[in-house]
Amino acid sequence: MTPYTLYPARIVDVSSEAESIFTFAMRFVDPAVRKAYRFLPGQFNMLYAYGVGEVPISIVSDPAEPTRLEHAIRTAGRVTSVMTQWKVGDVVGVRGPYGNGWPMDAARGRDVIIITGGLGCAPVVEVINYIFRRREEFGALQILHGVKTPNDLLYRERFDAWRLNPRTTVHLTADHPDKSWRYRTGVVSELFDQLRVSPSAIVMMCGPEVMMRHGIHALVQKGVSEDAIYLSMERHMQCGIGLCGHCQFGPQFVCKDGPVFAYPAVKRWFGVSGI
Amino acid sequence: MNEALRLPKAHLQRLIDRLWEQGFRVLGPVPRNGGVVFDEVCRVADMPVGLREEQAPGRYRLVDGVPGEVFGVVNGPGSLKPSFFAPEEPLLEIRRERKGFSVAEVQPAAPRLAFLGVRACDLAALAVQDRIFLYDRVRDTHYATRRDGVLLIAANCTRAAATCFCVSMGTGPQAKQGFDLALTELDEAFVLRSGSAAGEAVIADLTLQTASAAESADAATRIAACAAGMQRQLDTSDLPRLLYDEAENPRWDDVARRCLSCTNCTMVCPTCFCHTVVDVTEIEGNMSQRVRQWDSCFSYEHAHIHGKNFRPHIRDRYRQWLTHKLASWIDQFGTSGCVGCGRCITWCPVGIDLTEEVRAIRATRGGA
Repeated sequence: MTPYTLYPARIVDVSSEAESIFTFAMRFVDPAVRKAYRFLPGQFNMLYAYGVGEVPISIVSDPAEPTRLEHAIRTAGRVTSVMTQWKVGDVVGVRGPYGNGWPMDAARGRDVIIITGGLGCAPVVEVINYIFRRREEFGALQILHGVKTPNDLLYRERFDAWRLNPRTTVHLTADHPDKSWRYRTGVVSELFDQLRVSPSAIVMMCGPEVMMRHGIHALVQKGVSEDAIYLSMERHMQCGIGLCGHCQFGPQFVCKDGPVFAYPAVKRWFGVSGI
Repeated sequence: MNEALRLPKAHLQRLIDRLWEQGFRVLGPVPRNGGVVFDEVCRVADMPVGLREEQAPGRYRLVDGVPGEVFGVVNGPGSLKPSFFAPEEPLLEIRRERKGFSVAEVQPAAPRLAFLGVRACDLAALAVQDRIFLYDRVRDTHYATRRDGVLLIAANCTRAAATCFCVSMGTGPQAKQGFDLALTELDEAFVLRSGSAAGEAVIADLTLQTASAAESADAATRIAACAAGMQRQLDTSDLPRLLYDEAENPRWDDVARRCLSCTNCTMVCPTCFCHTVVDVTEIEGNMSQRVRQWDSCFSYEHAHIHGKNFRPHIRDRYRQWLTHKLASWIDQFGTSGCVGCGRCITWCPVGIDLTEEVRAIRATRGGA
């Protein structure tokens, strides 16, 4: 079988998080494929729209229920604008899972700091869900999340619910707040003074590289070791299997060696323009 | 198995006939559009007999060479790559059905191929591509189907083009491994060595005599002279680190002013593997193929995602290509991505020479 083989899956539920963002739940049509499929938090699938093309999309559902896969898709380019029109009952193509996922085993028993900015936060939301389903397995959880405008704050009710947990703190900021905004103003680095760093802390970051660069700087200053900082890198992932060449970042294939990297593995190229 | 045999030039046709009789489709160097590519060879005269070529940065000309010389042309734009990693091929056929769609793999036609006159650099390049398409984390079945059972007859180089630098890359001019038979062309005969049981089987009933000591020595001398006379060199010492350290060297801006980002170098490169998969849908809309096409890191779209291009400038793309080829390829696949064939130098329309670029970067290392 060619590694490019894809498997039909049926959409079983559609929900909308915001105007242009939809979460699709799907199940493989073939029961044998459904039964064999497993994934880790932070992995992604290549989703295929018939006759249009493929895009990499994070899996946002829980790995404990691998027969029902949820993907949040935002209308962005040619392929995703077709995908966000998918309806319950439609059959789509799936191949995966790909990528290495978040270091959940390394995080178990430790304090977790999650820093995220912009709209690319779906993979991180999934980590938070993962931790909350196993809350006693993890230490204190700090969430720092920055958005451009209050409208970009997805899963608002989830953030509100998370902050009620006694071992969890949530810090939000918006670059351009409106009158309803009750949180901080400015970019996510404005929140770094709120960080409480313990020796056991592990950090997961996802968002624009400039945000992650500021985050690394602040964390290292507060005594976090570089190898406790994990970054979700974004590049042009087209095949998911390290074969097509597009997602290279230095010697790394983001799709198969990442997309999550311990900072030392990418430090040399991080912040170099045009890599 | 490594005994040097003598194949009289007049008997090369017998070897070609033998291959066809054994069910191989024989491909060898064939003149085409002023260059040489691998294509079907039935008669010796299909090959560029009596021709040589002149190569220089941005220049290639077939010229009269030595009458009767079969393998006088070192190489042309065509390597083995297109025969295994197809420039364009359908991978999947997806048919719309009443409820959803079905997915079927498109099986590639795979005649048994025998290649005649393969240079040592191209054998090395094939091993590099094997590493990527067969022995990495996934196995590319389309590549594997074509690659399986191929017979490779090498031609050791007794002259180098001006663009060759295989000695620097440790790949030539003599074929060391990965061949079934290897020929070294002398004036009247070839010295033939077998490199595998499959090679032995091909020549089993050709009743070849052993090459004389003088002929074996002549072959060795010609290969050694080719190596010694090679004009171009690439200093590979500390190469990954040099290019990693010099990511901001001003030479990248300099080469970017000359580079047209035309992708020629990546198309003629025998190891470049970037590809894209596009959808080609029938006009009725009931069947759509996922079609793989060669892609290039020099294309503007290569590192482009919605709203962002990670390598928007030619400087970024040339640096990606050269750094990948000579440095990060080693991290990824345990081997350099360059075999020293020189094609990217010859077929660059503005004559950019990677050996010269590396030399310039080395000379200005650390802002020197």
